[in-house]
Amino acid sequence: MSEPNKTLIRGAKVLGGEVRDVLIDGETVVEVGTGIEAGGASVVEAAGRILLPGLVDLHTHLREPGREDSETVLTGTRAAASGGYTAVFAMANTFPVADTAGVVEQVWRLGREHGYCDVRPIGAVTVGLEGRKLAELGAMHDSAAAVTVFSDDGRCVDDAVIMRRALEYVKAFGGVVAQHAQEPRLTEGAQMNEGVVSAELGLGGWPAVAEESIIARDVLLAEHVGSRVHICHLSTAGSVAIVRWAKSRGIDVTAEVTPHHLLLTDELVRTYDPVYKVNPPLRTERDVTALREALADGTIDIVATDHAPHPHEDKDCEWAAAAMGMVGLETALSVVQHTMVDTGLLTWEGVADRMSFAPARIGRAEGHGRPVSAGEPANLTLLDPAYRGTVDPAGFASRSRNTPYEGRELPGRVTHTFLRGRATLMDGKLA
Amino acid sequence: MKRHLISAADLTRDDAVLILDTAEEMARVADRPIKKLPTLRGRTVVNLFFEDSTRTRISFEAAEKRLSADVINFAAKGSSVSKGESLKDTAQTLEAMGVDAVVIRHGASGAPYRLATSGWIDAAVVNAGDGTHQHPTQSLLDAFTMRRRLVGRDAGLGRDLAGRRITIVGDILHSRVARSNVQLLHTLGAEVTLVAPPTLLPVGVGHWPCAVSYDLDAVLPKSDAVMMLRVQRERMNAAFFPTEREYSRRYGLDGDRMAKMPEHAIVMHPGPMVRGMEITAEVADSDRCTAVEQVAGGVHTRMAVLYLLLGGNEPAVTHARTEETK
Repeated sequence: MSEPNKTLIRGAKVLGGEVRDVLIDGETVVEVGTGIEAGGASVVEAAGRILLPGLVDLHTHLREPGREDSETVLTGTRAAASGGYTAVFAMANTFPVADTAGVVEQVWRLGREHGYCDVRPIGAVTVGLEGRKLAELGAMHDSAAAVTVFSDDGRCVDDAVIMRRALEYVKAFGGVVAQHAQEPRLTEGAQMNEGVVSAELGLGGWPAVAEESIIARDVLLAEHVGSRVHICHLSTAGSVAIVRWAKSRGIDVTAEVTPHHLLLTDELVRTYDPVYKVNPPLRTERDVTALREALADGTIDIVATDHAPHPHEDKDCEWAAAAMGMVGLETALSVVQHTMVDTGLLTWEGVADRMSFAPARIGRAEGHGRPVSAGEPANLTLLDPAYRGTVDPAGFASRSRNTPYEGRELPGRVTHTFLRGRATLMDGKLA
Repeated sequence: MKRHLISAADLTRDDAVLILDTAEEMARVADRPIKKLPTLRGRTVVNLFFEDSTRTRISFEAAEKRLSADVINFAAKGSSVSKGESLKDTAQTLEAMGVDAVVIRHGASGAPYRLATSGWIDAAVVNAGDGTHQHPTQSLLDAFTMRRRLVGRDAGLGRDLAGRRITIVGDILHSRVARSNVQLLHTLGAEVTLVAPPTLLPVGVGHWPCAVSYDLDAVLPKSDAVMMLRVQRERMNAAFFPTEREYSRRYGLDGDRMAKMPEHAIVMHPGPMVRGMEITAEVADSDRCTAVEQVAGGVHTRMAVLYLLLGGNEPAVTHARTEETK
């Protein structure tokens, strides 16, 4: 990575709006205007490009410790920088589980050492993700990692009492519980969305109600105890309706959607290609439409990648044996441009909100999700929205290649990422 | 025909009729003192069974041997598969051995499709049952049996099952036999009705080309064939229905119910039969029950499928008669 110094980003559309020059000095944006003299600054000519606040991913799997064959903090944060992210929240389902101060500090320190983006570990809600006993939530918050988000992601906190207690407990330090909404009994043996396609393919169905019933319960629990709850990766139209209702009722709920749930449907499972096997499963066209509309109108607060790297052999097999998940950090912004911006559903200001401001706010990522203005930390992402190209996973920085977009044409390309003034991505190459 | 047989949906009406006609020709071989054709001499067929199924494996093995193929039986249990070898590795091992066709039975839906389409292997792939997805040769042997009984052995040649009313009863949700049969029988022009408790019907069944009923007694008088599916007893633990007794009362086929069927109507069962639950001994042993004929038809049909997939460019009948005169 290049050392922080003075950089002038010349002629970018800031958040897609006015064309501005942005001068970075050290770790800070010092001037935003027009006709700024370069002086001794290195210049990035950015005509036609869009400057966004550095992206923040509230839902990343870095796999370290324990599954370094899939991803490490180093490779994962390099992938994040390639995708325009300056901060990622690392999920707790590692080996060992991130359910103690020791493990979350390890992940946090690795992030600091590698320096491609800030890593904010997510702590497990329950010991070993087993759903029975609360993990030491306070100790994780008080650690160097200063954990603010807690999740058993990959598993649902299905015991209503445990969920209630977690929601109540984290109020003491302003934490938030991020729920993986999946009623376990209704999804036993589930392999894909339950519906027309699953019936035909003979794959165990994953009913929408398994997600929706947990969300309904959890928003009511959050209301009851006066806490805030975050719902991970919404995937159904019904989930959208429940979150919309909860917000109208004044319940403190936030929600995320993944890029792949904004684009892909369960029709793709007809190929039996495990690259499409993901949790929650790909749903129907009707669900995709509802999710896009909800992201546009703010019912869904953020886009989160659920970046889930797996080695080739875990996907190059029959559907039932394959691991669930897909990588997403390096393609997220392109998919959002394709599904939300190019369709007219969201402006670039909206993208900045859903992929930077709001996730930083929900996760309390200090220094991130800030406006592009003088005096703010220089966490920035520069994007060429006119770029059209075919996704080639061979060029991914992630250690894993399990992308559903291989060979698919997607718009947009992140050319530069700045973390506190330091270029982590320069002209499309990791710095 | 396509190069593989993965799903009943792979077959056009003409493909299916060709297979049934070819199976009739193959059946004639069974009537000979030496039940063998030289058709697949020098070709190697592997029966790759990841799931136990003695009945289906033996049926395929008999079909392959009657066509003079070199047969390799590969059971996953006790093999390298049980030591953690993947389907891909197994496939590539077989590829290296130069096999011409793989007959695969697998517990996972879609495994044969992956085997055929992932570039792991060049051999023709025949699905011998995958998870709850498909069992296309079972549906072909069922159609073969129906055509013989409902249209006629010789009269049926070249014909489909247009207008025949077929009822399939039982655990549709978990049945690859039901999925295959609905597709193939629809392709052949039959009218299919599924009968089951709502818990044993898949959520998307409304999109299938068939009717659905919860009332067996109402459907029986309008049925030319009634196919009873085996109900797995372990389903009871998952609350699909309250008790075996209640299931049997509502969806079991006994003598009284069979009497409601038209005189010409047949009772079918893919086996193995659980007597007393979905079918009584009285029905299972009656002349109207075709379970044993289905087994015989299975060999003929599988011979036809292997013959046609592995390069049967000329009608089997010509080939067979030519061999006869040598």
